[in-house]
Amino acid sequence: MNGETPISIRDLSVFYGDLQALKDVNLDIPAKKITVVIGPSGCGKTTLLKSLNRLLDAAEGVRIRGQVVLDGEDIYAARTEVTSVRKKMGLLSQKPQVLPMSIHDNVAYGPRIHGLGSKKDLDRRVEHYLKMAGLWEEVKGRLREPASVLSVGQQQRLCLARGLAVEPEILLGDEPTSALDPQSSQNVERRLMELKKEYTVVVVTHILRQARRLADYLAFLYMGELVEHGPAAEVFAAPRDPRTRAYLTGEIS
Amino acid sequence: MRTVADGRLGRRKRADLFFRVLAAASAVAVLLSLVLILGTILWKSVPALSLSMLTQTPRGGFYLGKEGGILNAILGSLYLAAGATVLAFLLSLPIALYLNIYKGRASKAAAWTRFFLDVLWGVPSIVYGVFGFIVMLAIGLRASLLAGILTVALLELPIMCRAIDEVMRLVPPELKEASASLGATRFETAMRVMVRQSAPGILTGVLLAFGRGIGDAASVLFTAGFTDRVPTSLADPTATLPLAIFFQLGTPFPEVRQRAYASAAVLTLIILLISLAGRAIGRKATRHVVK
Repeated sequence: MNGETPISIRDLSVFYGDLQALKDVNLDIPAKKITVVIGPSGCGKTTLLKSLNRLLDAAEGVRIRGQVVLDGEDIYAARTEVTSVRKKMGLLSQKPQVLPMSIHDNVAYGPRIHGLGSKKDLDRRVEHYLKMAGLWEEVKGRLREPASVLSVGQQQRLCLARGLAVEPEILLGDEPTSALDPQSSQNVERRLMELKKEYTVVVVTHILRQARRLADYLAFLYMGELVEHGPAAEVFAAPRDPRTRAYLTGEIS
Repeated sequence: MRTVADGRLGRRKRADLFFRVLAAASAVAVLLSLVLILGTILWKSVPALSLSMLTQTPRGGFYLGKEGGILNAILGSLYLAAGATVLAFLLSLPIALYLNIYKGRASKAAAWTRFFLDVLWGVPSIVYGVFGFIVMLAIGLRASLLAGILTVALLELPIMCRAIDEVMRLVPPELKEASASLGATRFETAMRVMVRQSAPGILTGVLLAFGRGIGDAASVLFTAGFTDRVPTSLADPTATLPLAIFFQLGTPFPEVRQRAYASAAVLTLIILLISLAGRAIGRKATRHVVK
């Protein structure tokens, strides 16, 4: 660990109406590593992830308490600009959600709204990020076609390219392979392993084997509570909490 | 041996057959009505239909003229409905976006807005006509193209607005999230994502409203006036096809009554052409829509 923490979560609680989805979560996410959040369905994994880029704000009846400190700034502070928070993070959702426009325009969407680079620059930018997402070779001849013609696996890599194109510091993945076939999943995992050299990656998953493959740092959430977290090797080898042990051995799921 | 289950099955089969016949009969009744309406209009309009009907304004007397054509009403209706549709669209799109982007699904304000729009949808067009007339008197506006456009826009607004709103409600929330997660503002998400994703539905809503606007007689009765001339400014009164039909059919002269059917044929044809064109454009608009 190099001691750098781009995201510090402090006493974070999230309520949906009367239901408390996260209970006083404290977590420092290490830079340029893959942090994997594991836990059974409904344990608050997705809520935790969405609280990082303030996507929860959009939902109805949500109350958030606590802090998420990103680059030394609390993203829930009144003066923080929500769009600039989100620009710092690329998000891969469970089901890839392409925008209703061409393959090219999907990747160009972020740079266009944020005014990154010149118009001439845009085509090079699109090519660059499609290559980073490992999709360029498959789509280079049909960039003007609608993104919806791509297969689901390709769509997820397009979403990755689209997220990278806004020049984020952090990549968030919300069970990013759950809708994909095994080969596409492998492809996306390989991309994430490569991207962690330059980006801080946070991935939520309920697939333990995927967590073992990807994780440098592991966090186990159970019923809204952050039960245990630490370097992945340590947690996998010797979980301290009985609940973590039970989850890792498949007794609770 | 006949069992209880057999008897039950027989009853279920008869019910199934009964509803199949009912459904087919309903479909035939609708189709037959359509054919009868179109057939009657076309058949009765044949004696009066000619090129001069389409290219000339009436001659030989104030709208009862046996000579000339109905160009005044054709152009008048097109100007009026186009103006009203543009105006209604400029109001409908922001309202629909407001309901779907700026307000949450459970918003009370959004629910009330939808309720009022539904009530407005049900208001008879003569009421819009009277309302337009009262407003005209209050602000000193004469019966004119402008007054007609304003009144018909009001009539079209709830139709267009709710049609656009309904397609926008179908846009998956994940799509809005995807746009938001890239750092887009709500306005950018609205204009670049929502509008594109609902483009085919928006087009349908606009055409629906246009069809309603161009075919409505009661709302223009007091507001647009009637004249033999083609309007040259917004302040001129204008003829419209529905009123041309109304006035022509009300005369005691058979020659003029024939011209009413010709007017009806032209009006029907315009609506038909517009919806065909809309379908063609609609196919293009669905190109990028995400399923």
